[in-house]
Amino acid sequence: MTPPDLATAVAAAAGGAPAAPIRAALVGNPNSGKTAMFNALTGSRQKVANYAGVTVERKEGHLIAPDGRRISILDLPGTYSLRARSPDEVVTRDAVLGRLAGETPPDVVVLIADATNLRLVMRLALELRDVGRPAVLALNMIDIATRQGLEIDATRLAIELSMPVVTTVATRKRGIDELVIQIEAQAANSATAPADTWTEPSAAALRALHREAERILKACVLPPRRPDTFTGKLDSVLLHPVAGIGVLLVVLFLMFQAVFAWAAPLMDLSNAGFEALGAVMGNLMPDGLLKSLITDGIIAGVGSVVVFLPQIVILFLFIILLEDFGYMARAAFLLDKIMGGAGLHGRAFIPLLSSFACAIPGIMATRVIDNKRDRLTTILVAPLMTCSARIPVYTLIISAFIPRQQVWGVLSLQGLIFFGLYAAGLISALVVAWLVRKVFWRGAAEPFLMELPAYKIPDPMNVARNVLQRAQIFLQRAGTIILSMMILIWFLCTFPGAPAGAVGPAIDYSFAGMIGHAIQPVLAPIGFNWQMSVALIPGMAAREVAVGALGTVYAVAGADTSVLGASLAHQWSLASALAFLAWYVFAPQCASTLGVVKRETNSWRWPIIMFCYMTGLAYVASLIVYQTAVAMGAG
Amino acid sequence: MDPVRRIADTDLDGPLETITLVSLADGRRGFSGYIASVDAHAPVPGGLAAHELERRLLEMGFVEGARIEILHEGFIGRDPICVKLDDMRVALRRRDARGVMVRPDAAQ
Repeated sequence: MTPPDLATAVAAAAGGAPAAPIRAALVGNPNSGKTAMFNALTGSRQKVANYAGVTVERKEGHLIAPDGRRISILDLPGTYSLRARSPDEVVTRDAVLGRLAGETPPDVVVLIADATNLRLVMRLALELRDVGRPAVLALNMIDIATRQGLEIDATRLAIELSMPVVTTVATRKRGIDELVIQIEAQAANSATAPADTWTEPSAAALRALHREAERILKACVLPPRRPDTFTGKLDSVLLHPVAGIGVLLVVLFLMFQAVFAWAAPLMDLSNAGFEALGAVMGNLMPDGLLKSLITDGIIAGVGSVVVFLPQIVILFLFIILLEDFGYMARAAFLLDKIMGGAGLHGRAFIPLLSSFACAIPGIMATRVIDNKRDRLTTILVAPLMTCSARIPVYTLIISAFIPRQQVWGVLSLQGLIFFGLYAAGLISALVVAWLVRKVFWRGAAEPFLMELPAYKIPDPMNVARNVLQRAQIFLQRAGTIILSMMILIWFLCTFPGAPAGAVGPAIDYSFAGMIGHAIQPVLAPIGFNWQMSVALIPGMAAREVAVGALGTVYAVAGADTSVLGASLAHQWSLASALAFLAWYVFAPQCASTLGVVKRETNSWRWPIIMFCYMTGLAYVASLIVYQTAVAMGAG
Repeated sequence: MDPVRRIADTDLDGPLETITLVSLADGRRGFSGYIASVDAHAPVPGGLAAHELERRLLEMGFVEGARIEILHEGFIGRDPICVKLDDMRVALRRRDARGVMVRPDAAQ
């Protein structure tokens, strides 16, 4: 029976009527191109959520087969074995075995294999074969395998593994139709799948599986005639003890310069757009509360946050490119000793680097660390990494207070200060991690055992899709939390209004003014005025909100709104501005982070510890910065 | 010459054809051979149980008979190491590699 006949037969067997949707789950080793396959299968029909009860990211999409049948695709976390070692891998195992609470067991398991690297995935294939659920093996990146002169006997492989084998190139959408046909064909066997009798394999069982995998590989695969030598050559530079570290520092430094410099034209454009919008709305609407809400609250508030989207996109672009290129694992290798010295796992580098974008995905990414103590340590320090939400705050203060001048003729002073703030976050994270390991926990960490994938040219479509997905998540945050916070602060700043015949700006009489004045004495030693104190309160919702809050506070107070920075430069001393920067390096100004920590650790204990230590650190740091700056005459 | 290398040399140059196994943890850059055994070995007291580390090593492809070569060493204390394991590259710390016993190539 030829494949299309098979598909028709399946459709006919289902009674001609629209057949029940098929549920397929993607399984594979890390770096097997599983995400690219998910994108190739589902296109933009994707939904990102969480699994019920756990915080593992759940990616589901769907496609319509040529015969009109709906196939939903679940992208499971990457794994080397069904013997799960982390919460992510537990999800994969339980989903494959049909044990996952709240999930319908998949009809078909689709195993995605990197055709150029079959050894480990072959053992996983044998594990899946023994489970006995309907499965399909996709030999992905078959183009690279062919180029290397690697020959795979797919027919023999299918017999050995008792599952259909298709060859695919996910990034070029090659072999996808055939894969869909096989998924449909295998789904017909779903009802007769054996009961779940899986148990964890022993070391002896693993050795036996390895021998079996080795035998199958010898029988079905001819080693490449032109093996990849590029990876080895590049590694001899990128993993070199001196050159490798040099490249790593250049990459990281370039990333921060790019975030600061490349985004500038786009940010100027966005700024101008929101200002024009505010002016248009201001002219169209009659004076009053509604106009104030829309121009001062919504447009000024959200505009001053959305404007930083270019920086977030550039940062994620770097992270995703480095990940897809295969450099992330190398960076983890280079940094393992430093991380290990601070009591962190080499793999903690990935959650911590993600925390440069946002602590929330960073804290969620700590699930790649199996050991609970290693994970908790990483979670505790992740918010110290400079997240993208700090960028708006840093940018605002730096461009207002630090002169636009060159250092040593090439580096911008502003960029240098920016880099310094990043470094302060990173170093403090390492010191805190070290202290946590010394004070709270002594003893060994998890083994550092990581595959270094072959280098691959990132696929532009996949990179674009992933960057857009991250940008969308950021904007959703800006659109929900931030907008509602902007309206709340506008309310706090507007009501109650100033009494008749009052002297001074109206905001002095509002709730925000009252709160700001109430906590200001505590913050006076670190140089905060009451407007800054007010900005910290809505700033708890998200760090970037402080920018909108300052904008609203000063806009409502009647200061010059056209350039918030200029207004701040006028009203703050340099010492206060520097103390504000220091505060934002350390302070736990993000309720969402604390909420995620609660969820990840399943206890209020850790978010409370995090809040206390970070606030303490922020206060002490700001105090030192402010008092030093005042002593040097910047007060 | 470092002590580890000297021990290996002495043993291999000796008149008796005894097979000397060297722990992967003691190999230097360029060290190569075949994995002779993967033993349960607890890296540090209080850490991962020995049999768990053994299974993780097996799952990553550190299995008897596999071809192994140390490609790169970290810049602090030559740790961690990057090894070529059959046709894959794997990074690991020396203390976790302690239980991987290698039959070195004759030239070494």
